[in-house]
Amino acid sequence: MSSSSSSSSTSASDKYETREHDVLVIGAGGAGLRAAIEASAEGQSVGLVCKSLLGKAHTVMAEGGVAAALGYVEPKDNWKVHFRDTMKGGRYLNQWRMAQLHATEAPDRVKELEEWGALFDRTPDGRILQRNFGGHKYPRLAHVGDRTGLEMIRTLQQHGIHCGMQVYMECTVTRLLVDRAATGDRIRGAFGYWRENGRFVLFRAKAVVLATGGIGRAFRINSNSWECTGDGQALAYLAGAELMDMEFMQFHPTGMVWPPSVRGTLITEGVRGEGGTLRNKDGKRIMFGYIPELYANETATAEDEADAWLRSTGVNLVGGSGQGGGASPKRTPDLLPRDIVARAIYGEVKAGRGSPHGGVFLDIHSRRSSEDILRKLPAMYHQFKELGDVDITKEPMEVGPTAHYTMGGIKVDPETQESRIAGLFAAGECAAGMHGANRLGGNSLSDLLVFGRIAGLHAAKYAKGHAEAAIDAGEIDEAMKEALAPFDRAEGPNPFLLHEDLKDKMQTYVGIIRNEGDLKKGLAELERLKEAASRVKVDGNRHYNASWHQAIDMRNMLVVSEAMARGALLRTESRGAHAREDFPEMDKGHFSKVNVVARGTATGMEVAEVAHPDPPPEIQAVLDEKE
Amino acid sequence: MAEKKVTLNVYRGDSEGGKLQSYEVETYPGMVVLDAIHDIQAKQEPTLAVRWNCKAGRCGSCSAEINGRPSLMCMTRMTKFSEGEPITVTPMRSFPIIKDLVTDVSFNFEMAKKIPPFKPTPRQADGTHRMQQEDIDRIQEFRKCIECFLCQNVCHVIRDHKKTNFAGPRFMIYLAGLDMHPLDTLDRHELVKDEFKIGLCNITKCCTEVCPEHIHITDNGIIPLKERVADDYYDPVRWLLRKVGGGKKKEKAELPAAADPLNKTAAATPQAKQKDGG
Repeated sequence: MSSSSSSSSTSASDKYETREHDVLVIGAGGAGLRAAIEASAEGQSVGLVCKSLLGKAHTVMAEGGVAAALGYVEPKDNWKVHFRDTMKGGRYLNQWRMAQLHATEAPDRVKELEEWGALFDRTPDGRILQRNFGGHKYPRLAHVGDRTGLEMIRTLQQHGIHCGMQVYMECTVTRLLVDRAATGDRIRGAFGYWRENGRFVLFRAKAVVLATGGIGRAFRINSNSWECTGDGQALAYLAGAELMDMEFMQFHPTGMVWPPSVRGTLITEGVRGEGGTLRNKDGKRIMFGYIPELYANETATAEDEADAWLRSTGVNLVGGSGQGGGASPKRTPDLLPRDIVARAIYGEVKAGRGSPHGGVFLDIHSRRSSEDILRKLPAMYHQFKELGDVDITKEPMEVGPTAHYTMGGIKVDPETQESRIAGLFAAGECAAGMHGANRLGGNSLSDLLVFGRIAGLHAAKYAKGHAEAAIDAGEIDEAMKEALAPFDRAEGPNPFLLHEDLKDKMQTYVGIIRNEGDLKKGLAELERLKEAASRVKVDGNRHYNASWHQAIDMRNMLVVSEAMARGALLRTESRGAHAREDFPEMDKGHFSKVNVVARGTATGMEVAEVAHPDPPPEIQAVLDEKE
Repeated sequence: MAEKKVTLNVYRGDSEGGKLQSYEVETYPGMVVLDAIHDIQAKQEPTLAVRWNCKAGRCGSCSAEINGRPSLMCMTRMTKFSEGEPITVTPMRSFPIIKDLVTDVSFNFEMAKKIPPFKPTPRQADGTHRMQQEDIDRIQEFRKCIECFLCQNVCHVIRDHKKTNFAGPRFMIYLAGLDMHPLDTLDRHELVKDEFKIGLCNITKCCTEVCPEHIHITDNGIIPLKERVADDYYDPVRWLLRKVGGGKKKEKAELPAAADPLNKTAAATPQAKQKDGG
């Protein structure tokens, strides 16, 4: 009855080829490339697996900049200020050690990029220019207009291909292979297939680095590219690693809302960094009404105060207020952290003060000269002109929240980025801990560089200290059978339509504002979808088959979605990106001291609380320091 | 912008051959050609192969030819076509086809490996590199390149004359950017002339016309690079200086040591296995 598919699929006994490396890096965005460069520099044989072509990873879409306390624009800036800003933005749920490593090492990582050919915008005295961003006390983001991610990935790519690594493009990993020894789980390699012909490949490796990015594609409105389906998190979870902080999904405040074709596409925070302001349908600047207590001391409460601050940091506003006075020490509320701004927009729309298509207005046209807009935000100009029929030098943009980034991910050791599986490391968005409950803009690109390097370094060290070991043939057989199963079914759900279904359910029940009832409904829907995904059917052969790929992506997205929903249900408070309308306050007690982890058990996914590590006194002193 | 039905003719096939197939899709506001392709994939033809990533004109993955014009599918609005105008989507013609709209662009990744990378001057005493914005504006234009390879596809040296030893417009602007970089210390002129064959470009500017990033590939990149190379080799004074070994501050670049070709699935080239592989 499945004659048409059995001729086109191939049986599990079909051969696979084998590749061997000391270190295998899965994912070729900023973190993966940086890890591969470091492991290569350590003299290791490195394989770099890209789900797409090299240089196309989601890093390419990062716009605003890379945060590093270089102190070129504001000499008062240093790692301590950056560390404090990061911990505060994360509502102190960050792993302090990761935030410390990040703040101290980011400047060197940025300078290193320059050494490899990156051309950041310059200050008048010829150094790297830095711009304002949400939650950063000082102008801190090194940038190239609004295409910083492109500059970064291209620089890493152009440097990396000369470092001796082997790059495997359009290759999808479906399983990690783990040795379950009495002394503990240990990584052995990975199994996957080449998109081009659908044939299988076994990667044997002493150490593996996961750098696969985020999970935005699980939401209806998202800013993420095709690749962001939670692969690394799911692979690690299925292999026995733990996921942490999954309840914290960042909704970026400014995605496009119109037309429907581009709903969710990112508008850089750099627009507000360059002086842009959010207005409701009455033209009123909305953010003055949404300043939380945590940020009250440092945030301007009136327009002229906010604009004076912008001017004092070098933003050349045209007209507007705040021209008379001297420098204001209080920042504009338009640059509050993303979770706060996203909920403010949500609030305005809910109160009926939104824009025609269900967002609010982002105004740069009345704030900066056309010339400045074209120079500082050229990609935004083209994006709106070509996809939205809006000229942002003349009209406001319509914006609304869009699923953007997951703070949660694979639980790793803060010093080495190693998971609980020996030899399995993770870096970048797929790892947890650096950003706590909410990530500051610009801290992602620096995260990729800092922790990509650390993961690559420690993976290389691990590989040097461990011999190769055999891989269980049964495990490979299982992986092949699992991958081919969708071809062998006579009928079953269409994987594309299942994905659409998932996006709607996550958006509705695990979205920007949550409550117990919705989360429970969401979990029930996920159970239904899991069952449907287990019966999914794909047509055709294995040759560049998008629906086959979608079927595998679905498994990954469902694992990560479930961890998000379960974590969100367990955390009965509102903190950072996780907002519960039934528990609107941030808990100063219990939930400020725990992280939530998800792990697999014989009966399914279990979530549990683990103690959040307190910083040692000398680091606490840095947090308490007054400037 | 009322919803209506339109017909797309999409190329279906592989290295053995193929043909155009018609599909009807319903349009909606803002719809781009890539949306239409996805709609066909989800509802009518799940095996239709297309390469894409960001759907925002940033990654350069969804290159194809739309009514013969090399374009990004994600940046081509359906409203661009008048009522009843046929919409035909075919793969890039200069690269070998893998399946349907997907082509094998590995030529470009192999070319990239041949270009000697950036090698900067030492940092200043304070640990910085100093560059003036006005000195890097022109290179930043080249660095907007999203590697969609539409310029490579349309370049007639590659397309019609099958000159695969020609680096092509994408790599000419990369080379121009390295040559104009205020900190770079390598002289790649001989390679630009002899290895990357800049002389084969006769400035028809087709590359510039199709660039989705609006980079002035020919005027700002290839022509100045041609002049710089010509100055070295054909300006009598510079020629003499070069002969006597003076007048050059930059170190002459060599081709990078041969490395394994990037990727290329071992299934396609089983002999390309890693030496230390199993």
